[in-house]
Amino acid sequence: MAVTFSKPHALTDDIFHYCPGCTHGIIHRLVAEVIDELGIEGKTIGIAPVGCAVLAYNYFACDMIEAAHGRAPAVATGVKRSLPDSVCFTYQGDGDLAAIGMAETVHAATRGENITVIFVNNAIYGMTGGQMAPTSLPGQVTQTTPYGRDVKLAGNPIRVCELLSSLDGVALAERVSVDNVKNVNNAKKAIKKAFQNQIDGKGYSIVEILSSCPTNWGLTPNEALQWLRDNMMPYYPLGVYKDISREVTAQ
Amino acid sequence: MNELHLLLAGFGGQGLLFAGKVIAYCGLIEGRQLSWLPSYGPEMRGGTANCGVCVSDEPIGSPLVLAPKQLIAMNKPSLAKFIDTVPSGGLVLIDSTMIDDKISRPDVSTFYVPSTGLAEEQGLKGLANIILTGKLYAEYKFCKPETITAAIKKCVPAKRSEMVEANIKAFEIGKNYK
Amino acid sequence: MAEKVLMKGNEALAEAAISAGCRHFFGYPITPQTELAAYMAKTMPKVGGVYLQAESEVAAINMVLGAASTGKRVMTSSSSPGISLKSEGISYMAGSDLPALIVNVQRGGPGLGGIQPGQADYAQATRGVGHGDARILVFSPATVQEMVDLVTTAFELGDKYRIPAMILADGMLGQMMEPVILPEKQDPASLPKKDWAAAGHEGKRKKNIINSLYLDPYLLEKTIVERQSRYKAIKAAHQMSEEVYTEDADIIVVAYGASARVSRSAVVQARAEGIKAGLLRPVTVWPYPDDAVKKLADSAKAFLAVEMSAGQMVDDVRLAVNGKRPVKFFGRTGGVIPTPNEVLEQIRALAKEVQ
Repeated sequence: MAVTFSKPHALTDDIFHYCPGCTHGIIHRLVAEVIDELGIEGKTIGIAPVGCAVLAYNYFACDMIEAAHGRAPAVATGVKRSLPDSVCFTYQGDGDLAAIGMAETVHAATRGENITVIFVNNAIYGMTGGQMAPTSLPGQVTQTTPYGRDVKLAGNPIRVCELLSSLDGVALAERVSVDNVKNVNNAKKAIKKAFQNQIDGKGYSIVEILSSCPTNWGLTPNEALQWLRDNMMPYYPLGVYKDISREVTAQ
Repeated sequence: MNELHLLLAGFGGQGLLFAGKVIAYCGLIEGRQLSWLPSYGPEMRGGTANCGVCVSDEPIGSPLVLAPKQLIAMNKPSLAKFIDTVPSGGLVLIDSTMIDDKISRPDVSTFYVPSTGLAEEQGLKGLANIILTGKLYAEYKFCKPETITAAIKKCVPAKRSEMVEANIKAFEIGKNYK
Repeated sequence: MAEKVLMKGNEALAEAAISAGCRHFFGYPITPQTELAAYMAKTMPKVGGVYLQAESEVAAINMVLGAASTGKRVMTSSSSPGISLKSEGISYMAGSDLPALIVNVQRGGPGLGGIQPGQADYAQATRGVGHGDARILVFSPATVQEMVDLVTTAFELGDKYRIPAMILADGMLGQMMEPVILPEKQDPASLPKKDWAAAGHEGKRKKNIINSLYLDPYLLEKTIVERQSRYKAIKAAHQMSEEVYTEDADIIVVAYGASARVSRSAVVQARAEGIKAGLLRPVTVWPYPDDAVKKLADSAKAFLAVEMSAGQMVDDVRLAVNGKRPVKFFGRTGGVIPTPNEVLEQIRALAKEVQ
């Protein structure tokens, strides 16, 4: 019988712990497909975050390191400086990357660390049960902004790709989504480019993936994707914010 | 050979740490026990600097020189700060170009050497420290005569090797200063 | 025999680390460890190594964690406040069984404290530094030569037992120069391979995971118990200490690092006065040289712990003496170094008490 669909080699047989409708599963698969297509599993070292993807070290078939909360870019720096020919990616959520790990993120980016960053932005802290994230939207209700995020009180959300695109060390900063087939295909292209950049020695590449959290948003999977389109996409427009391989016009 | 419990004190930039290092190297070359300990921190940046050197035939316990048996003072604040810490019978060398005070301690041997002035006259600017080192040697033999040249060679960086002769000259000036 | 050179403790330690095959240094500036990082910045590029100034101590220690994960010999250095920041990463390394060298050139604390030499991080260092059920190897040099010699020991024991190792020095040892013989240079390529490292499996082995997370408490307990068995082996085999005039001593002064140098001078002076004093100098402070203390508790009449702190190591002396003999404490703190005379007075007073 012809095999028309199979699990990527770069994913293990472990069963994902992610909630129904969560897009982490899709993103894991895209990363694994890219690793397979580039034939780099044997020299890839992945860095798992603290957050919903904390157990990612079980899911990817390459060597994995579990970092402290927010420190994945620093750990990746240590790995790449020790093994320049390896391929090193971090897989981080919004709290990990843009709150506690912002210093590590900005400095790894500005140093132009030759790493690939997979940034999953779902505008909430998922693992700890739905608290405000640095990317939670104005007015968004979370466990710690029960009356909606009041920017006067809780501050404004951070647009990570826009922020990092001003830094010289960044080779690629692109925001994608996995809410429909077309966007999933675009996301895969961006992820592949972010890995290829590293293989080509171009520097820091980040792909921000808008992601849904049905559980903590209190929505069904379909409603969650619609909420993402209606609320997140206007605030976090998809697109390429920096790509040193081509001219990028301001959004 | 005489044991040293020496404090060199003055401004940052007068070469006290370097002179201390030359003296320490004399001990090293002769296979003796020694320590060299600088002051550090904000006081190094423009203020006073000092450096303690111990040379002995026994292991050095504390490298702190709190009661220097030999004191080289190259500015007024340092002399004021440390003169009373010198025990009776100690040796005090003063750069009299920089310090016009006379000290009133009959129980210590004091030598006034206008070392900064001498250095400038002889085209040895910046080597007042080594002139005083020469005087220290003249008054208190802390090493064999041939050791000092070898120590200077060890301490002068390779890319400034032309300074070896100048240092030796400065040492001789200090040694012969009456 | 190699030639003796005159070097600052900080620089000699850096050179020793390079000689031991360390090619990766990640740090953040702080006094009084400055010369160590500066030496690395100057030297690493010449030997094909990496010196990287991180954006913070937190980042630096996590870079160390990353590089250690790949199986390399790697180190960082800092001074007291910086070590507090590194404590997070040290705990993760302990929990991930990663060897690396952490140097603490201690200054006075707490808080910003001061920049003069201190020994007030003893409790932090010997109780594992970070959170959780963990210890790290802690070596306390008292001479510039030991700043050198203990580097190789720290790397080798760290690798053998897969445990982070610390050199607990102080500003005095870091800044002072003494004659030192540098060790032979080891080629990093000749170091033993680490089959647990996350360096890319190349399709030739099962994947490796470097991790300190175990959500199942029974599994987590199992990893801790296994680690404790390594600690037990370390305690049995690697207590290090030096003794001076202890054979017939009535008074045992216990001191490490800079305060051991001061105490040594005091002990020599006490002997000259006819007081039977001796010095026990712990070289490892974790594992603490309990066995040496216990043995001396059989023969000596009293113990005096001397530290540059308000009294931290004295607890370990008391634990080892276990009530058999009186244990007194003398310390100066905040960056003040005790003088030999101050220690001598304590010895004299104690000698009278136990007569």
